[in-house]
Amino acid sequence: MVSVPSRPRRLPRLKLPSWSWRITWTYLGLILFLPLIGMFLKAGQVSPPEFWAAATSSEAVASYKVSFGVAFVASLINGFFGLVVAWALIRCRFPGQRLLDALIDLPFALPTAVAGLALSYVYSEEGWMGKPLYDLFGLKVSFTIYGVAVAMVFISLPFVVRTVEPVLRSLEKEQEEASACLGANQLQTFFLVILPQLFPAILAGIAQGFSRAVGEYGSVVMIASNVPFKDLITPTLIIQKLEEYDFNSATVIGSVMLLFSLVSLAVINFIQVWGQRYQGSESAN
Amino acid sequence: MTIVVPPLEDIQPPQWVKPTFSDRAKSAVPALIVVVACLYVGTVILLPALSVVVQAFAKGLQPFLDNLTNEDLLHALRLTLFATAIAVPANTIFGLAAATAIARRKFRGKALLLSIIDLPFSISPVVVGLMLVLLYSPNHGLFAGVINSLGWKIIFSWPGIVLATILVTFPFMAREVIPLLEEEGWDQEEAAKTLGASDWQVFWKVTLPSVRWAALYGLILTTARALGEFGAVSVVSGNVAGQTQTLPLFVEDAYKQYHTELAFGAALVLAGVAIVSLLLKILVEQILEKEKRALRADS
Repeated sequence: MVSVPSRPRRLPRLKLPSWSWRITWTYLGLILFLPLIGMFLKAGQVSPPEFWAAATSSEAVASYKVSFGVAFVASLINGFFGLVVAWALIRCRFPGQRLLDALIDLPFALPTAVAGLALSYVYSEEGWMGKPLYDLFGLKVSFTIYGVAVAMVFISLPFVVRTVEPVLRSLEKEQEEASACLGANQLQTFFLVILPQLFPAILAGIAQGFSRAVGEYGSVVMIASNVPFKDLITPTLIIQKLEEYDFNSATVIGSVMLLFSLVSLAVINFIQVWGQRYQGSESAN
Repeated sequence: MTIVVPPLEDIQPPQWVKPTFSDRAKSAVPALIVVVACLYVGTVILLPALSVVVQAFAKGLQPFLDNLTNEDLLHALRLTLFATAIAVPANTIFGLAAATAIARRKFRGKALLLSIIDLPFSISPVVVGLMLVLLYSPNHGLFAGVINSLGWKIIFSWPGIVLATILVTFPFMAREVIPLLEEEGWDQEEAAKTLGASDWQVFWKVTLPSVRWAALYGLILTTARALGEFGAVSVVSGNVAGQTQTLPLFVEDAYKQYHTELAFGAALVLAGVAIVSLLLKILVEQILEKEKRALRADS
């Protein structure tokens, strides 16, 4: 009897192309991890008392107050108006709707220097918005802390709109009808049925907008007067420290900002996971 | 006998039900929402965007065109295009490699790795620039010794600008392509492999065509951001007009020097690119949505 060599019946197992894996890690290592590690090493070279002194110098604390305070107000403003805009885009039909939809993405697409230039002109005393505001209320916007707020509102506007939109679209009309049939008026339906479901998305959008506004530099630096203790934001302070060759202070304040980014990233992820628990499976796609 | 039921829409409330004031107020709510939304977006986004166009042509077409031939502006434009021309292909290769490596693999820490790839979006651009300075600065950088002995110049020169642009824009591609690959699954690639295709062939003939629109979408976002990057580049570039000044930096510099029309002229060039990228993005978005829907219908 001739023995037939048994051919392996199994199909060749699919091996993932390992070169892509290697490119990914090499690239991440060189481009992202190396600068991050460098930053932490440099920050580690500063002695703890010195670090604390630089991180909490009166100048730095004043800049944190401007950056975080104004960003907080700006993201709250967008929390409210972002919901209104998302509602108009999803629930209403009106001419120019597509234009409105496209305009929402402009802060993402427009280079921040262009945004800063345009805002600082429009909200200056002879600008389209700044002139009426100054004539009517005596309010100066450009080159004051209100200008910082306008720039941060501009830059963080898309976030809430874009996080709320898909949730609002997936809400079932039946819930509102049921609520109305059970005797709720429109306000009750909105506050007790709709808003609780949108809340995680609004919160995630506010957090993303806040994080973005705190880190924003280009548009703010052009609309602010950049005077310390008045409207100087933390990123601008870092640049001023670098220009003064005060590398230690720049490193310390930079690592404070970096830590904030890492923490806010974790918080945003947490909010999104928490929000998905409410939405169930329908929003998965 | 048949009973004819009128369609629901034709049933009118009885004549004696007159709309009350609160009924009318309720029907005004959607209109109010639309008006508030439009006013808000109009004052915050539309007016500033329009002002760029109006200001750029404030003195007419000819001065605008003259501004565009400004020596420093042209140099800044060339440098911006140069940095973009390096950063975009590099990030495209990384993005596609990362997507094919990560999307269909299941491993511990996958979510963490995806967050790490997104990290440059949450770090302030100024901090990104600072990180590069601390690494490559010839006086204070960690690699100062190596760089000086090789005679390289990274900070205050074009390699720094390119590095900053790459670092700020690399997540776009991976983040657009990964979800699509995850959704598509492995079937087609497996079929190609069993038919004897090599890894390389599978990538070029199966994977890449299947994600081409998502990749194009990522490419548009990467390019738009690379052309407009300001914060990170301004830290590493030194901002010398005619040498290490990119177009966004030129806008700021011209504005600070009170060359307002020049600043708006350069800004209009950048805004034009942004608007074209926005329109392309909307177009590709629609194609992508259609493909995703077809994909779901198949599976």
